[in-house]
Amino acid sequence: MSTGSTVTLADLTRMLRESAGEEEGVDLDGDVLDVSFDDLGYDSLAMLQVVGQIQREYGVRLPDETIADAETPRALLTLINTTGEISQAG
Amino acid sequence: MTAAVVTGLGVAAPNGLGTEAFWKATLAGRSGLAALTRFDPAQYPSVLAGEIKGFTAEDHIPSRLMPQTDHMTRLALAATDWAIGDAGADLRQLPEYGMGVVTAASGGAVEFGQRELENLWSKGKEYVSAYQSFAWFYAVNTGQISIRHKMRGPSGVLLTEQAGGIDAIGHARRHVRKGTPLVVSGGVDAALCPWGWVPQIASGRMSTVADPDRAYLPFSADACGYVVGEGGAVVILEDAASARERGAPRVYGEVAGYAATMDPAPGTGRPAGLRRAAENAIADAGLTPGDIDVVFADAAGVPELDRTEAAAITGLFGRHGVPVTAPKTMTGRLLAGGAALDVATALLSLRDGVIPPTVNVRAPAPEHGLDLVTGGPRDTDLRSALVLARGYGGFNAALVLRRTDG
Repeated sequence: MSTGSTVTLADLTRMLRESAGEEEGVDLDGDVLDVSFDDLGYDSLAMLQVVGQIQREYGVRLPDETIADAETPRALLTLINTTGEISQAG
Repeated sequence: MTAAVVTGLGVAAPNGLGTEAFWKATLAGRSGLAALTRFDPAQYPSVLAGEIKGFTAEDHIPSRLMPQTDHMTRLALAATDWAIGDAGADLRQLPEYGMGVVTAASGGAVEFGQRELENLWSKGKEYVSAYQSFAWFYAVNTGQISIRHKMRGPSGVLLTEQAGGIDAIGHARRHVRKGTPLVVSGGVDAALCPWGWVPQIASGRMSTVADPDRAYLPFSADACGYVVGEGGAVVILEDAASARERGAPRVYGEVAGYAATMDPAPGTGRPAGLRRAAENAIADAGLTPGDIDVVFADAAGVPELDRTEAAAITGLFGRHGVPVTAPKTMTGRLLAGGAALDVATALLSLRDGVIPPTVNVRAPAPEHGLDLVTGGPRDTDLRSALVLARGYGGFNAALVLRRTDG
């Protein structure tokens, strides 16, 4: 979490809230880094929506098949920050 | 055959949010018709609407549902919550497959759809919501209600324009008779956006008068089309025996009769189907026209359509033979929500023994021969009500509601 174009957990939880809302009984500000998106109340359509927002805001391109494998915020952030082609942050 | 009774109501109307607020406004003759504010209608010939005011979606809708729901669906979900609460139904005690959902719809969630189409045209496909895949869909209210309340029984959606609210309840009754103890039904609709506005203007039936008190005058000599509104009603329809068994706090009335007909193709010279729908619904209830104490009219406000409806009513009941009313003069026509709201209104009338007025119409045109309730509410003993509705494209529907408390 160093350079300006790195996506942080705070960035991700903000986009989860904006794109798909927050499940009742779930606190995204809590320790959620290794909690599965399923347990956080997000289905595949919610993930599609939030990944769309990540791609638009950060100019990254994430193949659909790799997204399905990223089952937790940590896994998704790793995917974004290591394999995503990050252009100038939007 | 088992009786299907209404045990809960949820109302979202331009002149009142929530059943009792709506009913109080309706008896007081308070209209919700005003200048359209949801978008700038200046470039369109019709500039009035019945808008629901004071609905804060976040107060009623869970966060997870906000990004995936249109205004129309949020209203429907709120009205459903109210109806279930009104029915005192503890859904955890009822089997998931014993509860169904049948609602009416027209064009689906056009406001959501318009926004996403604008995103597509102006920004590109990456900006289109993934939720557009279902959020626009005309079955979306039924689907979201079903998911939210875990109602996995027989479900569906009916599209017969303004007749849909009655057709949905008629269909829900079929499910109750076939053994589903509880069905959520009715209709809530909203299309107050340019994409929803233009096709309705094309019908040629919308009023172009800018004065809210003169724009929608059904059965009047000054009838000049109708005003469109948003909202509707959700009803909880139950098998009478199982409602009694679970201790339902109240029964508003029985859906005693239902019928639907289609108009013949234009130019065939055959008669319109509304009278036949009314006759069949009354017969289906095991009643005769003399048993009907009030008629809630479709009240298109278009002279030719008013004549057709007045002829159907006087043909069945005689001239000035039955009180007729159109409280939708206070809400506008609500697309798929309109007839459902009329059903809710008729049930409240039966409950309280009072017929709400048709506002803004000083007197019906004498040619119609109607005993139209105008000026103020009319107190009278009511046992059975007939609700009529017509949908653009030749749909006619009629529902007979009967008090069940002796």
